[in-house]
Amino acid sequence: MTTIIAVLVVGLMSLIFGALLGFAAIRFKVEGDPLAEQLDAILPQTQCGQCGYPGCKPYAEAVANGEAINKCAPGGDDTIKKIADLMGVEVQPLDENHEADNTPKVAFIIEEDCIGCTKCIQACPVDAIIGATKQMHTIIIDECTGCDLCVAPCPVDCIVMQPLEQTTKNWQWDLNNIPVVQVD
Amino acid sequence: MESVIERIERGQFWKFHGGIHPPQQKFLTNDKPIRQLPLPKQLVIPVQQNIGLAGEIIVKIGEQVLKGQALTKASHPMAVPVHAPTSGTIKSIEKSIIAHPSGLSELCILLTPDGDDRWLQRKICTDYQSLPKSDVIEKIANSGVAGMGGAGFPSHIKANTKAQINYLIINASECEPYITADDLLIREHCAGIFDGIKILDHLLNPAFILIGIEDNKPEAIKALQKECQSNDRIKVCVLPTKYPTGGEKQLIMALTGKEVPSGVLPSALGIVMHNIATCFAIADAVIHDTPLIKRVVTVSGQALAKPQNVWALLGTPVEFLLKQCGYQQLDAQQTAQLPDEKQIIMGGPMMGFSLPSTNVPIVKISNCILAPSSKEIPHDEKEVECIRCGQCADVCPSQLLPQELQWSAKAKNQQQLNQLNLFDCIECGACAYVCPSHIPLVHYYRIAKAEIRQQSALDIQAEKAKERFEARKLRLERDKKARDEKTKKAAEARKARMNSGTVSGNSDNPLSQLR
Repeated sequence: MTTIIAVLVVGLMSLIFGALLGFAAIRFKVEGDPLAEQLDAILPQTQCGQCGYPGCKPYAEAVANGEAINKCAPGGDDTIKKIADLMGVEVQPLDENHEADNTPKVAFIIEEDCIGCTKCIQACPVDAIIGATKQMHTIIIDECTGCDLCVAPCPVDCIVMQPLEQTTKNWQWDLNNIPVVQVD
Repeated sequence: MESVIERIERGQFWKFHGGIHPPQQKFLTNDKPIRQLPLPKQLVIPVQQNIGLAGEIIVKIGEQVLKGQALTKASHPMAVPVHAPTSGTIKSIEKSIIAHPSGLSELCILLTPDGDDRWLQRKICTDYQSLPKSDVIEKIANSGVAGMGGAGFPSHIKANTKAQINYLIINASECEPYITADDLLIREHCAGIFDGIKILDHLLNPAFILIGIEDNKPEAIKALQKECQSNDRIKVCVLPTKYPTGGEKQLIMALTGKEVPSGVLPSALGIVMHNIATCFAIADAVIHDTPLIKRVVTVSGQALAKPQNVWALLGTPVEFLLKQCGYQQLDAQQTAQLPDEKQIIMGGPMMGFSLPSTNVPIVKISNCILAPSSKEIPHDEKEVECIRCGQCADVCPSQLLPQELQWSAKAKNQQQLNQLNLFDCIECGACAYVCPSHIPLVHYYRIAKAEIRQQSALDIQAEKAKERFEARKLRLERDKKARDEKTKKAAEARKARMNSGTVSGNSDNPLSQLR
């Protein structure tokens, strides 16, 4: 008799909790994939497509679903480390297919060579190139992410990638300290 | 508020946390008058010498300029113009190495003096009280006055504070162990300084004016006290010598007992602070119509034969000043070695930085050039492990935890650094001074601060790029939809036309057969 009561009680409890969990799953459903959102926030948003995905968000979604974490070339080792921390996996070196050099660059149009074909404008993922058909194009440096996508489509090879110029605004200190000691 | 003044009248002040007593070296220069110098052969005037923005250049290469003529025009409230320190020809406008620890070049105007020192027409104005306040502020702004204590904040912005001001504090504490520029300026030009203080009084209407000065400048104190005898709203507050009394928040604490909260401007507490040299420059600007073109610079250190305070035109190369003050060792070979040897320091030994080259010009914020002998400042102190003695926390005037900050800075843990309030660090160097392990703490903080600033700039940029990318994606989708719609409509129209064509008997249409 006691066995039957025990089975009944446990069964009833599991039913109640099951119903509760089922309700919570519907009532408090999270729209979108929070993991993908967090990954997207870590990625550098260059939208360069070097990872094989059309932009940073698609790659973030792919990583959330098990894609390799070492495909973001502009982010480099720092980004890989952050993704590894978030995903709880081992840090990996950058995928060998990518260039390891991730110094910040911007595209530069050699303006006298530009024929105004608008091909680079169509390739730019962040609308950082202005110009019109048969008019010279130019790049808005502040908006350029250095993704490299405009270089290949240019029929006259007038786009070059230049490293960002160092100024006193973005300069980093090195350890040139001035110690002060007691003078006798 | 009454009690603050009562306390000050009794000669009692508050204490700020920490602080140190580095060996005083003011005796090297505080017994000699401020020296006038001959004109240098070339002046290099950086376009931007203040915090904020640079002005627009309004002169051309080859143009003849007069002394005091504006070289740039401020088109933004945070921009400050620069002026020609003497008459001459604009030789070129180019990137030249400036007084910045990086040794990077920035846009400078090179002026070749003609030796005549001809002034632009000036208008003396003694009745500034009758002018509207906005005119006086405009005069200050047009004269290019920026905070001369070291930060270079545009003075007209501080002088234009709209809030109710209880205390106008004049900072004359000059706590760096070598610098005597303000001391000598007070002794020689006390009347001019008081003119400036009166102008600020007229603009800001403070309840009281407090002049904060350390007790190691007895002659300057006497001069100030004599000048303010007639005015009982101006109090000369003689503070005990302790580094860094001259820090803005530290001086406010010492004089009023008020702590300026993190991320809040003193004006929120009804306090505005100006440096004493800035007061002198303001008087020159408003009364004598003289822009800021020269300043007192302490040229000191035991490597000099004649250390002295000098009136240096802005743009004077440091090398010229050193030669004038008897710096012998400066031959070509030595100059080439400078970047490694780090022999010349701009600013005081506590907060200054070693110059990358001696060709850099004096700017509005350079108060000291230090040429120490190797005995004064030995070069290779080896950094060893932190022994957790906690002395750094005892001396930190901002009450931070320097050793915790150091570990987080080494680990590049930006979140932790923000939690430890890294940005409240005033980089005074007291922690590094007392550190028995010779850890250059301040430099770790400076690096960490620069990294955090850059990271936040990158984050903003990434956010912007994301927005643009998403906007573009939306636009492309919309365009595609519109295009599809259009082709669909066109196709339907064609179909309808063709159908009607079939009805009319045109069945030989090749297109309709294809379909």
